[in-house]
Amino acid sequence: MKQLTVFVENRRGGLAVLTRLLADARVDMKALSIADTRDFGILRLIVSDAEKASDTLQKAGFLVQITEVVGVTLPDRPGALAQALDILDQDGVNLEYLYAFLSSEPGTARVVLRVADNAEAERILTQNGFSIL
Amino acid sequence: MRYFQQEIETMAPEAIRALQSEKLVRQVKHVYEHVPYYRALMDEKGITPDDIRGVEDLHKLPFLSKADLRETYPYGMLAVPLADCVRIQSTSGTTGKRVIAYYTQKDLDLWEECCARAIVAAGGTREDVVQVCYGYGLFTGGAGLHGGSHRVGALTLPMSSGNTERQIQFMMDLKATILCCTPSYAAYIGEALKERGYKPEDNHLKAGIFGAEPWTEEMRRDIEKSLGIKAYDIYGLTETSGPGVAFECSEQNGMHVNEDHFIPEIIDPDTGEVLPDGEKGELVFTSLDKEAFPLLRYRTRDICVLTREKCPCGRTHVRMAKPMGRSDDMMIIRGVNVFPSQIETVLLNEGYAPNYRIEVDRVNNSDTLDIYVELLPEQFTDTVSGITKMERRLAEAIKIMLGISPVVHLVAPKTIARSEGKAVRVVDKRKLHD
Ligand SMILES: [Zn+2]
Repeated sequence: MKQLTVFVENRRGGLAVLTRLLADARVDMKALSIADTRDFGILRLIVSDAEKASDTLQKAGFLVQITEVVGVTLPDRPGALAQALDILDQDGVNLEYLYAFLSSEPGTARVVLRVADNAEAERILTQNGFSIL
Repeated sequence: MRYFQQEIETMAPEAIRALQSEKLVRQVKHVYEHVPYYRALMDEKGITPDDIRGVEDLHKLPFLSKADLRETYPYGMLAVPLADCVRIQSTSGTTGKRVIAYYTQKDLDLWEECCARAIVAAGGTREDVVQVCYGYGLFTGGAGLHGGSHRVGALTLPMSSGNTERQIQFMMDLKATILCCTPSYAAYIGEALKERGYKPEDNHLKAGIFGAEPWTEEMRRDIEKSLGIKAYDIYGLTETSGPGVAFECSEQNGMHVNEDHFIPEIIDPDTGEVLPDGEKGELVFTSLDKEAFPLLRYRTRDICVLTREKCPCGRTHVRMAKPMGRSDDMMIIRGVNVFPSQIETVLLNEGYAPNYRIEVDRVNNSDTLDIYVELLPEQFTDTVSGITKMERRLAEAIKIMLGISPVVHLVAPKTIARSEGKAVRVVDKRKLHD
């Protein structure tokens, strides 16, 4: 699945401008995570329309990239994520980062994973009974 | 071939002086008649071209400074109709408004001859392969050495600056024998060759002609060792046409000023009084043959010494020492001389755009150097570690160039303030504390 990655400098109002632009373009945000340092942040978004969101932000001067990530549905119970990660780890899949987002299906949770080899991770997770988004 | 123009380069000092006097009279008349700005300066001092009968009257003429060139930008110093000009070159404009120099075809011919003299003095002949990696374009470095190399009849590689990988490939594949670039880029190429496992004897270079920024004797020895060459200094300013106003011979002991085209003087920068040879002061140049952009008594702000001692190379033209101190762009950070051009060189080599801001400050009595650099869209990655890794790599490359460690901050494109379409480069906050 496609993730929208945006470079944001740590200055006042930056995020407000960005979310307003997406709202005006009628892009719906499904998940959001931010990794930041003293100087800058990297905002990662799952949105309803990644291409449209990317165009909108680029036109406004943002540095944007569309990154392929793995979305996986997990049962909403203790240990489910740990189990998925163990499986990937055992198969030598290197995890860069992950973040969760709300699921509309009761009893399930959703997680976005960023790994070096998406196809490989998807294959392993599917084989082990996880469903890929 | 020892000289490019033996008769002129080895002319007896009295004959040079006579030639200069004759040309000076003509040049002053030309300026007085065609440059109203300078004519007004002369009128103010109550002198006319008739008062200038030879070199001995030079001191009567008013000085020109960079401020005058700014004042008269862009056409005010032009001494021929624009239609007679065939080229401009320009300064980078980092210390204020840029200077534009104009050239007629004859001006270009004479400039290229000066550069050819420098190449021959460094051992260049028509058998040589001259790699020119000064920037091409408005900067005089590329155009000057390129033209000079043509005049010598050498094979010219018009590389321009940056793209070290390609520089090395051409240097090796085409067996370049003479390298022309800034000393900091020469040092950088030396490092790059070493990193790739080349030894100094693996290249075919025999000499390098390095200028456009001040460098030390120590840097010269380092470059000579890392490239296995003899390194020659060359001097010039855009205002005086470009590189080739003065150049080093094999003695590597001062640069011979091309006295048939320029008269150098050393003055006391405070009083404007002319100082005798051997005394340290501000270097002033008067052009003798310029058609389009003649400058009389132009103050370079370079502090320098002239010597008329006989040079074993046989050239009779006066020698100027390496200019010491003062350059508009130079900063002293943690006791080290730093030029924005050095940082720019690294940025271009590492694949960044030359849009950056340097912030110098003093924290707990120690200088800090922060460099803000714009990320290019294709360099952006989605992990923090990816970006911090790029910052560290760039900081390391800059440290190799400068000898001191900066903190590099990558920022979003187009976020560094520009004035006149160009990034404002240096913010020295230390001045606030002084
Ligand atoms: Zn000499």
